[in-house]
Amino acid sequence: MSELIKLENISLRAADMVEEGRVHKALYSDPEIFEEELDKVFNNSWVFIGHESEVPDVGSFKTAFVGRQPVILSRDRKKNLHVLLNRCRHRGATVCEGRKGKTKSFSCPYHGWGYALDGELRSLPKPEEYDGVIDKSELPLQRLRSETYAGLVFATFNDAIEPLEDFLGGAKKWINLFMKQGGGYPLKVLGEHRFSFPGNWKIQLENTTDAYHFPIIHKSFISSLDEQAADIFDFLDGEGFVEDLGNGHSVMVMIPELTDLEENLDEPIPDRFQALADELAAEGRSDDEIRRLVRAVHGTGFNLNLFPNVSCSMAFFRVMRPVSASETEIQHVALGGEGAPAPFNRKRMRLHEHFQGPMGFGTPDDGEAWERVQKGSMAGPDGWILVNRGLNNLHRSPDGNVAGAVCSETGMRAAYRQYKAVMAAGEEK
Amino acid sequence: MKLHTQLLNDVTAFIWHEADLLDHKCYQAWLDLWTDNGLYIVPADLDATDYESTLNLALDDSAMRRMRVARLESGESVSAKATMNTLRMLSRVRVLEAGDDLVVVRCAQTLNEMRHGALVTYPADVEYHLRPGEQGFRIERKVVKLLHADSFLRTVSFIF
Ligand code: FES
Ligand SMILES: [Fe+2]
Repeated sequence: MSELIKLENISLRAADMVEEGRVHKALYSDPEIFEEELDKVFNNSWVFIGHESEVPDVGSFKTAFVGRQPVILSRDRKKNLHVLLNRCRHRGATVCEGRKGKTKSFSCPYHGWGYALDGELRSLPKPEEYDGVIDKSELPLQRLRSETYAGLVFATFNDAIEPLEDFLGGAKKWINLFMKQGGGYPLKVLGEHRFSFPGNWKIQLENTTDAYHFPIIHKSFISSLDEQAADIFDFLDGEGFVEDLGNGHSVMVMIPELTDLEENLDEPIPDRFQALADELAAEGRSDDEIRRLVRAVHGTGFNLNLFPNVSCSMAFFRVMRPVSASETEIQHVALGGEGAPAPFNRKRMRLHEHFQGPMGFGTPDDGEAWERVQKGSMAGPDGWILVNRGLNNLHRSPDGNVAGAVCSETGMRAAYRQYKAVMAAGEEK
Repeated sequence: MKLHTQLLNDVTAFIWHEADLLDHKCYQAWLDLWTDNGLYIVPADLDATDYESTLNLALDDSAMRRMRVARLESGESVSAKATMNTLRMLSRVRVLEAGDDLVVVRCAQTLNEMRHGALVTYPADVEYHLRPGEQGFRIERKVVKLLHADSFLRTVSFIF
């Protein structure tokens, strides 16, 4: 009986709960570890904020979060992007509400301080009482360091960390491939699904690099497809792989034929996209363009996991936000082509609705599994989560990275290795 | 203002019948309530009007409705199995349009779901486009505007 370590009797140290091949279940539920994660992971890494197309014009904005902190992504009069803390410098009200929109400035509703799109404090009512008390130039909305790669906007509170491109490193090649699914048009956000689940954010982090679950939990989705499509999703015995890209990032290639959407353009049109091809032809689109669009419509054959909060997942962005140790909010962001033919973008949205989001044929079953993992993590005084699948069958990828079979847990190990490094930083061993 | 109380009664009886079918998972009978071109829509964007050019939570034509029902009834979906029961109430019924071949009705719906021992509530404004016929009404369009469509929902493995 007493061989089990009573965790309540030892001091919890998150970094020690990650071993190669297993992580301790306390990482899912301990509120102190969660606070430490906000501090060390989310307030200290590059965190995904949004896609450029969500703020296309001067004055466009969207709201987002870095961990628990509300931020605004805005485009100023010179078309530069800014990530600003959504907090008035007077007495701290949020200055911007709503998911997205367009504005000339951010005006605090409480006492009317007005901020420009770049965060500068421009005006305040009855300024006399502040003469010699404050200097407006010292009280802009706090600006986070932000950088963009291929349209993906990231921000960080840490001014000392490496440039974004260095952090993305080996993932950049895959981001570039992912961006080809506009079918010859720049990628554009078409809308998003939002849902939450009562479980820890890392359960979700694991999921987008988990091919093993697909045929099991998503059986009802696969049953709803025609034979050709069902065949495509039958990838566990195929040539796919998972590759550790460093810095916590990984790619899981499920359908290798759909790695580069600009290749194999002469393949036959699949039955399920024949109606789309006909619609495009009726619009007078050339055969070449139709083939390019049809090949891109389903998205890429891989999930690219970027540590800690975004995945470029086949045809959409999965963005997550930790709310508490046992609550996570998720956005499934639908993508299409800017200026692409309407039938193409419509089909992309219908495909997204079919699987993704709180009413899709896939997501609710994922959610059920995650909820059960959270519930199960409460069982017993001690217990480990196994992420050692495929440790016996690793190889070097052509890019020189550690890789495993498509249903290996190589991507989870990549994420947890980064997690461990970040959580251990600044501590003495 | 003259209220068409007979029509109000007829449409109310119809949408209560539909509600009862859905709460009791009589999905096959529910499928028969629709016209062939009928659309079941749960918008993600409450300001949208052109639903086909917008991302929705659900936009089901007859094929998708049949697939949605098949998924719920198949026993293959673990989340559908975890949905114990739903209980919905519809009220505040108002006839917006009373044409000979189209009746537009709006009502308020509160749906309660019991899942994993937790009660979840979904208030919504529901709009019906109904086609009157010899056998009674058929649904041409049902738009379920969830009050929190814009924010974070729980996952849904039932039909609103
Ligand atoms: S809190 Fe913003 S103006 Fe006072
Ligand atoms: Fe899944």
